[in-house]
Amino acid sequence: MHTVLRSASKEITIGHDVPFVIIGERINPTGRKLFQERLRNDDLSTIEIDVADQVAAGSDMLDVNMGVPLTDEPALLAKAIKKIQTLTDLPLCIDSSIVEALDAGLAAYEGKALINSMTGEDDRMDAILPLVKKYDAAILALPNDETGIPMTAPERMIIVEKIVRRVEAEGIPLENLLIDPLAMTVGADTEAVKNTLETMYLVREKYGLNMSIGASNVSFGLPNRHALNAAFLPMAMSMGLTSAIMDGRTPEVITAVRAADLLLGLDPWGGNWISAFRAQQQA
Amino acid sequence: MSPDEILKEMYEQTMVGNAPRVLELTKLGLDEGMSPDTILFEALIPSLEEVGARFERGDYFVPEMLIAGRAMSGALDVLRPLLADTGAETVGTFLMGTVKGDVHDIGKNLVNIMLEGAGFQVIDLGVQVAPEKFVEAVKEHQPDVVGMSAFLTTTMPMFKVNIHELSKAGLRDDVIIMVGGAPVTQEYADVVGADGYAADASTAVRKAKELIAIKRGK
Repeated sequence: MHTVLRSASKEITIGHDVPFVIIGERINPTGRKLFQERLRNDDLSTIEIDVADQVAAGSDMLDVNMGVPLTDEPALLAKAIKKIQTLTDLPLCIDSSIVEALDAGLAAYEGKALINSMTGEDDRMDAILPLVKKYDAAILALPNDETGIPMTAPERMIIVEKIVRRVEAEGIPLENLLIDPLAMTVGADTEAVKNTLETMYLVREKYGLNMSIGASNVSFGLPNRHALNAAFLPMAMSMGLTSAIMDGRTPEVITAVRAADLLLGLDPWGGNWISAFRAQQQA
Repeated sequence: MSPDEILKEMYEQTMVGNAPRVLELTKLGLDEGMSPDTILFEALIPSLEEVGARFERGDYFVPEMLIAGRAMSGALDVLRPLLADTGAETVGTFLMGTVKGDVHDIGKNLVNIMLEGAGFQVIDLGVQVAPEKFVEAVKEHQPDVVGMSAFLTTTMPMFKVNIHELSKAGLRDDVIIMVGGAPVTQEYADVVGADGYAADASTAVRKAKELIAIKRGK
């Protein structure tokens, strides 16, 4: 199954038989005071830096979140997306939990975007699936619902099933659905990542669906996060993860993903791996 | 073991999160005739304060804080009924919950640990706490402080909804309302009409004590 996402001039494919898609997570003001202040003052300069850093480090797509409290998020998100399209041709992942913001962001985007995200709650699916259809976008769906985040893989799979049925019933092709197997920090629960990996395995086995995930969550609250993130991603890829919203700036993490591409047979004859090595030698 | 040795080891074992040993030492101390007050205020609370200080400095990490909290909770389960018997006054009762629509709980749990470590009685309503649940719990437990946590910009507006519901129920002025969570700011806390905001767990404890002192001083 291939999920194809596009900017005005560039196309990217997510799938189990192609290289992993790195969606840079940096354009997000949560916890960044200076960034928030600038955005409130209509200053988008931080975005320029974040785009440049992530493009240079080798991100395949960029996530855009404009969740600044006490602002007009729909207007801000639309403006940021217009701006980013002048800075890069990488396809975008539009990130908000406000439906109006998603709508505004999608309207401002030229191409086929990934929407981040919806849950398996009926009211969220009612609100967001029409946008998926209206803009011919892809949707990232989280297997949690009104009752919270299920901790075990089989419980998550029950909600995945519900989401798949609903997406099918709406007539949306399943290649436009990505599942987020829910990454939680191993710092708060020793079994957390094992459960996530098991969920990935089951989603791939049962549905063959593509997946993406907020990968950096696994290392929250722990020292040396880069090393943990770099260890997690190859494990996840071998369980069927096809893309991640992740640290798209740190070479250690990105290299781990590209190495796993080669080792898992997704980079035939090491073409990408060897070119990256040569480029680095020349730099 | 002498009482001093017990307290010293309890302090150290709480800090490394050795729950079984801390529980053992608590029972041993009580058998030796130590008062629950002494165990709480001379071993457990100082230990958790040190854990909090290390966490704030970046020397301690989330798992270390969680297991230290768990070690203390185990001891508190034994001490709590005895403390009630001796009539020791609690610092205050803190009702805590993550707002409706939000399932994030790590930060909230860290604040709970620090509050318990400082001698608060904490009633944790968990995550996805609906406004009516906050109202019910305030009626039932009559806490000094209601703490609301939100991790998402989209769930933060629930602070305002919760405060409105408490007002409607005539309970707003009976409690101190504190809010917190990654995207929350002092400015936002003011806008929704909360009484207090803190950026991290240690500050939350200081702020809660401060607000209670002001209220009780009235």
